[in-house]
Amino acid sequence: MIEIKNIAKTFGDRQVLAGIDGSFKPGDTSLIIGGSGTGKSVLLKCMIGLIKPDSGEVLYDGRDFLTTDLNEQKTIRREMGVLFQGSALFDSKTVLENVRFPLDMLTEQPESEKIERAQECLRRVGLENAGDRMPSEISGGMKKRVGIARAIVLNPKYLFCDEPNSGLDPLTSIKIDQLISEITDEYQITTVVITHDMNSMLEIGEKIMFLYEGNKLWEGTSATLTHSGVNELNEFINANKLIREMEK
Amino acid sequence: MSRLGSYFIFLGTLFRNREKLRVYLGLILNECTSIGVGSIFIVALVNTFIGAVTCVQTAYNLTNPFVPKNIIALIVRDSSILELAPTLSCIVLAGKVGSNIASELGTMRITEQIDALEVMGINSSSYLVLPKVIASVFMFPLLVIMAGFLSILGGYLAGTLAGVISPEEYVSGLRVDYKPFGVVFALIKTVVFAFLISTISAYRGYNVQGGALEVGAASTAAVTNSCVAIVAADFILTQLLLT
Repeated sequence: MIEIKNIAKTFGDRQVLAGIDGSFKPGDTSLIIGGSGTGKSVLLKCMIGLIKPDSGEVLYDGRDFLTTDLNEQKTIRREMGVLFQGSALFDSKTVLENVRFPLDMLTEQPESEKIERAQECLRRVGLENAGDRMPSEISGGMKKRVGIARAIVLNPKYLFCDEPNSGLDPLTSIKIDQLISEITDEYQITTVVITHDMNSMLEIGEKIMFLYEGNKLWEGTSATLTHSGVNELNEFINANKLIREMEK
Repeated sequence: MSRLGSYFIFLGTLFRNREKLRVYLGLILNECTSIGVGSIFIVALVNTFIGAVTCVQTAYNLTNPFVPKNIIALIVRDSSILELAPTLSCIVLAGKVGSNIASELGTMRITEQIDALEVMGINSSSYLVLPKVIASVFMFPLLVIMAGFLSILGGYLAGTLAGVISPEEYVSGLRVDYKPFGVVFALIKTVVFAFLISTISAYRGYNVQGGALEVGAASTAAVTNSCVAIVAADFILTQLLLT
């Protein structure tokens, strides 16, 4: 379980996050939604330690990530898997080397076990035949799947995905969403997804948090998304023609 | 001043919280190939011609019949060992290796590859930069030894082929008043230059914020800052070691 308490962040004189609270349960795919520039990615980066918030707590199963010592922080980091917006695959390594990289760096497993585990993860995301290819030789959707394989290779307890559908066609987007949801369910991972994709919200949004100008304005599920009573959220989701027609 | 402070803090992160030694060995070998072997051609070419030009220009300016011709070789030798091979080679390497380091790290930064290392709990600066620094400090002196030899050889070929000096005069000139400390001085300078080029370029690339435009700007800044650092360090080291 991940809990965030009163996370605030200011860049210069602009407040990006104004005290966000929330909790994310194991086995749930939780979404953080909102328009561009509302602080979603900053919140995610605060949660995974890439940005230090001005105030607040991030608790991983009760362990305060921000104030704990370096060794404990390392332990928590090794329980995380992160899928970045641009996949962040290492250009100089093959797909298989990318997936086994965390195993090489962070474990003492024998070579054969590492290869077996990396191939198992590639199989799980449907890319068992792409191991020898370079990241520049595969499509955007495949890169996302390799990113997911790398994120789950260490059996993480917490999975973070930053806009997993950006730049993908609707069909591939749904496949990626379903893959994230299945993996979350299968391994009982606490998954947090940043998105502004309506399909994702309706497809995998077991819990949804809506951010607006650095504040959390609403929290609920995909079932209650369209009748939240929050004007800003209604405006946000009604920007999608499909939703407007569904409501009619 | 704040940038200078941030540079020194960056240097500190290279040596703190490092990964296991075995992780670095493979990376250092790869960097030695990329930085060292990959630079042989350009360093050889530049220094051969610089030696040749030094020889011909010295001969052109040496009009006094009472000055023996073998002095041309002595000037080529000392210029090559003391200044041309270490300093000029390192300025060439700042352009080739420095810009490569800055753009590689800058691209990794803007494509979140460095963030990916950080969230895995890996010290990204140490993992990415330390092998480049070690490889530079190890390979640059080897390149400069080759550069000095080729510069003197270039002088010999140009001088003898152009007929400004005979082979015997050139070889005897090389042996006149030779001070072995010159080679030590050149290698000390090269090690300092290698450290400056690799760390300044890495600092510029590692701290890129923005997109492709900023990566280009970081690459340019890496080369210009390295060149300024080289000439400043050159003057200081010359003052300290040769006076």
